[in-house]
Amino acid sequence: MIYSERVMEHFANPRNVGEIENADGIGEVGNEKCGDIMKMYLKINNGIIEDVKFKTFGCGAAIATSSIATEMIKGKPIDEALKITNKAVVQALDGLPPAKLHCSVLAEQAVKTAVADFYKRQGVDPTPIVGVIEDRCEDCHGH
Amino acid sequence: MSNSNNPNEIIYLDNAATTRISPAVLNAIQPYLNELYGNASSLYSLGRESAKTLEKARTDIAEAIHCEPREIFFTSGGSESNNWAIKSAAMLIAKQGKKHIITSAFEHHAVLHVLAGLEKQGFEVTALPVYKEGIVRVSDLEKALSEHPDTGLVTIMYVNNEIGTIQPISELAELCRTRGVWFHTDAVQALGNIPVNIEKLNVGFLSLSGHKVHAMKGVGLLYVNKKILLPALIEGGAQERGFRAGTENIAGIAGFAAAVKEAVINMETKNAKLLPFREKLYNSIMKLERVHLNGDYEQRTINNLNFSFEGIEGEALLLHLDLAGICCSSGSACTSGSLDPSHVLLALGLPHEIAHGSLRISMSEYTTEAEIDRFLEVLPGIVKKLRDMSPLWEIINTNLSLKAF
Ligand SMILES: Cc1ncc(COP(=O)(O)O)c(C=O)c1O
Repeated sequence: MIYSERVMEHFANPRNVGEIENADGIGEVGNEKCGDIMKMYLKINNGIIEDVKFKTFGCGAAIATSSIATEMIKGKPIDEALKITNKAVVQALDGLPPAKLHCSVLAEQAVKTAVADFYKRQGVDPTPIVGVIEDRCEDCHGH
Repeated sequence: MSNSNNPNEIIYLDNAATTRISPAVLNAIQPYLNELYGNASSLYSLGRESAKTLEKARTDIAEAIHCEPREIFFTSGGSESNNWAIKSAAMLIAKQGKKHIITSAFEHHAVLHVLAGLEKQGFEVTALPVYKEGIVRVSDLEKALSEHPDTGLVTIMYVNNEIGTIQPISELAELCRTRGVWFHTDAVQALGNIPVNIEKLNVGFLSLSGHKVHAMKGVGLLYVNKKILLPALIEGGAQERGFRAGTENIAGIAGFAAAVKEAVINMETKNAKLLPFREKLYNSIMKLERVHLNGDYEQRTINNLNFSFEGIEGEALLLHLDLAGICCSSGSACTSGSLDPSHVLLALGLPHEIAHGSLRISMSEYTTEAEIDRFLEVLPGIVKKLRDMSPLWEIINTNLSLKAF
């Protein structure tokens, strides 16, 4: 299994690692049994994601996908951030080995879960905006 | 092998995966890659030269592992030897009306997958537990044999490839011998680390692989006790007295013989050299927070250590070590190519999240103290870096501080 240079670069020097105190939205996806947990923190102002930080427990691909996802949404309006699919994450990393595609799904879900949390805190039902975030963990163990 | 402390040089601590070719092996191989390319079955002198080398290799290995030359059959490696012993022995026991096979829960896949195939063909398989120590208990085998009088074959590895724990093979095999049950052991990880003495082991079949002992990849052997006529797995020509077809890999076999001799001769000096390295590794690594040794410390080969680091995932650890020029391996799901962590670590009773964070260090006689020091210099920083960014580590610490109240 071979990682692209982009993946290794993000893995070795992950961007936006850490936590945001008083974050406006926090999303955590994955679980320890599967070996991946991603936690994303958002600071949102006037519908713009002003700051984003992440923490990830997981393999090289899990760390690289979280890192690049934070880069892709930072400074963007919420609706644009929500358009970022797992495919876009994979593309931005110059590809991922097939066994690691689920990591890109987790990255997409981490963003969506954090945005959903932001809306919930505002008392807004996130489902019409963010959609239903499926728990894809079952996918893993189907292999 | 240079003793350089240059961090740009590779530090190879993955000798349970494969090993470098030793200078003596390279010497032994070379003529057969150049001028001595004859087929051992040809009758002219070039062929006879290969046949002579083949039989000399067989005699040398027989002497080193204490069996008769005619009990050694060269194969393509550990996987083929395991496949052959188990599949062919299963055919034989089935003819005696025996359909039950006993193994351990943490065998190599070249054993477990073969047994899974036999189960589909109607054999029944019992896997003995290995407990948190990673060691099969003789009493468990005794019980399983009593419960299954139709047992015809037992296959249990001598040394586990991930955690290096040593199984009590001579006791287990003796128990089988007294009951007329055949015993196979996968001794691939034992050779060169602990004595492999067929006379003392009581086994019917034993598998070895060249590339774990500084010989080439793609060569190995199966020892078959002379009282057993094991049907061929690879059929075709009359090589290996008709028991294993295929033009012999003379270069590989010549190198393998050199490697087996070296492994046996050097074993004690190598272990004496590695013992303080292992103690140093163990003492330093166990000083880190929330680290566990996987498998028993004493009943394991001296070249091996296997740890789990809570809160981090093994592949990420390996990648960071690789960036620092260090080669190790892990039993995490991500490195096994599946999504479940290693069956060996799960067999020890480790929870998934702890098995994901495992690191195997396996040394060889080429390992230097400078390499161990460099490894110990780099490791704590990597563990800290990964834990600092791990939400799981955060959860573990929160739970700990809650427990403290
Ligand atoms: C315990 C054990 N058995 C069998 C094998 C397979 O040997 P080979 O790679 O020579 O087929 C290995 C090595 O991967 C091993 O460690």
